Amino acid sequence: MVKVDGSGGNSSLIQVRDLDKTYRRGGEEIHVLQGLNLDVEKGEFIAFMGPSGSGKTTLLNLLGGLDVPTRGSITVAGDEITNMSSNRLTEWRARHVGFIFQMYNLIPVLTAYQNVELPLLLTKLSKTERREHVETALSVVGLADRMNHFPRQLSGGQEQRVTIARAVVSDPTFLLCDEPTGDLDRKSADEIMALIEELVGKHNKTILMVTHDPVVAARAHTTLHLEKGVLVEGRNSRENVLAGGAS
Amino acid sequence: MKFRHLILANLLRKKVRLILTIGSFAIALVLFTFLAVVKSAFSRGMEIAGADRLVVVSRIGLMQLLPISDRDKIMAIPGVKAVTHNHWFGGVYQDEKNFFPQFVIDPENQRQVMTELVVPDDQWSNFLKDRQGAIAGARTAARFHWKIGDRIPIKTTLYGGGSSDFNLDGIYHSERPGGDEGQFWLQWKYFDENVPAAVKSTAGWYVVKLDSPDDAVRVAKAIDEKFANSSFETKTETESAFAAGFAKQFGNIELLILSIGSVVFFTLLLVTGNAMAISVRERTSELAVLRAIGFSGRAILFFVLAESIVIALAGGILGLALAYVAIPVIGVALTGLLPPLLLSKSLLMLGIGFALFVGAASGLLPGLGAMRMRVVNALRRV
Repeated sequence: MVKVDGSGGNSSLIQVRDLDKTYRRGGEEIHVLQGLNLDVEKGEFIAFMGPSGSGKTTLLNLLGGLDVPTRGSITVAGDEITNMSSNRLTEWRARHVGFIFQMYNLIPVLTAYQNVELPLLLTKLSKTERREHVETALSVVGLADRMNHFPRQLSGGQEQRVTIARAVVSDPTFLLCDEPTGDLDRKSADEIMALIEELVGKHNKTILMVTHDPVVAARAHTTLHLEKGVLVEGRNSRENVLAGGAS
Repeated sequence: MKFRHLILANLLRKKVRLILTIGSFAIALVLFTFLAVVKSAFSRGMEIAGADRLVVVSRIGLMQLLPISDRDKIMAIPGVKAVTHNHWFGGVYQDEKNFFPQFVIDPENQRQVMTELVVPDDQWSNFLKDRQGAIAGARTAARFHWKIGDRIPIKTTLYGGGSSDFNLDGIYHSERPGGDEGQFWLQWKYFDENVPAAVKSTAGWYVVKLDSPDDAVRVAKAIDEKFANSSFETKTETESAFAAGFAKQFGNIELLILSIGSVVFFTLLLVTGNAMAISVRERTSELAVLRAIGFSGRAILFFVLAESIVIALAGGILGLALAYVAIPVIGVALTGLLPPLLLSKSLLMLGIGFALFVGAASGLLPGLGAMRMRVVNALRRV
């Protein structure tokens, strides 16, 4: 059960407490996040929505350990990441976070196989073990037969599938998706969302997703809106959206 | 190495740029090696000089002659094992461009002093019996395709001028690697009979062999003191110091070579550094993704350095291979103008070291930049 009022217990997979993030632009301070609280259980699928500049991506970066908050704490599976050094945070990301970006961000000179293998190069797995993991991940996303293709030889939807395979191959604690369907047509977007739903439903993955698209957000278990630096429960239920009542 | 394919794939992503960068490295290495070989050729005289030999010249200058009677006086100084004397002949064989050094030698003592320059005994005894005999260094003999028994016509403008034919009685080899095999030796007695009266019974300089190299300073001082305040004051120095002074007559070769070498070094550093900086800037977002998925800053620095070092090594090896082929050809073309050009193993290793250093230095700044980038900002560039 997702909570945004800080009332979640210690058993939550992700606990965010009193999170502030302030940027300084020129002489002006911009308070992007202000006293934000969030509790996420394992297996949750959450969509973050909000207008541009509301801090959705900032929140995702903080949860993924790519940025540090101005104040407050983030605890994931018992580890408080806000106190970690940069090097420890890098190691933590490798173990716990899978990233799915809007523009796929594959390495264009590597094949699909080699792109998916990248996170495993940081582990002690043997070459054979890495091969098994990569083949499994590519099978899950339905691209086992495209493993030797380069990104330029794949469609946008297929590239995003490779990105998803790369994100899950090391079996991270949770996945962060930043507009995963933002660069795709509706059909490909539906396929990607079906795949993400499968990761949640079949593989019990915890997924936090930023999106502008209410149809995409409606497929999440919970939609949270960022308003004035804090999270509020979503007004877009799956039923509303599917009935054409999205705001 | 599990990162091999990542490094190789990044290296090969812009093939034209890679080829041009490796090519510029290779050409710079050829130039670097050539300069190093020339420098080494000029300093080889000092390196191969006998530690147990002194050279005695006139205090006024090398062209001022010394009396032949000084030989016995030098021989009498304690610590002197043998003394020989030489004259600069300054002749021309067929054409002035066929330059090689000709020395009038003292046959009785030459082999006792210049022990590393070896002439077979039978050839030497023929030379001793032949007033117009000559001994050529193996390199000079090979250069003009001379063989024993040939008559070698030499014209000279010194000592009243004239032309003489000399009989090639022998060919000497140097026992020291890189030793001078370019000289041409003539008999002092024949020379002495044919020069003007002012030059008769003189030596151009003396070469003194010592009992021990430890005696060098003492004996040099004793020789100069012996002839102090005479009409023919001397300047005695070790053979190595003499060779260094001789090389300086050509100008400050070392400074010239170091200047050109420095320009080559910095140009190469800038060219490779610029190529690496562009390469890193082009894939900032990719490097940011690597950082996001858990690659450390040090790993990113390692990738950039590995790329620049591989480029440098490939260019370096190619350049050294080209130099290995080209330098003997250039050496033959410059015979007579420059000492023998030898590309030694140590120079090849120096070249590899130079390439590695430039490779590492050129990748360092872009690599540090990539290592320290803010992942969040870099991801926004996508």
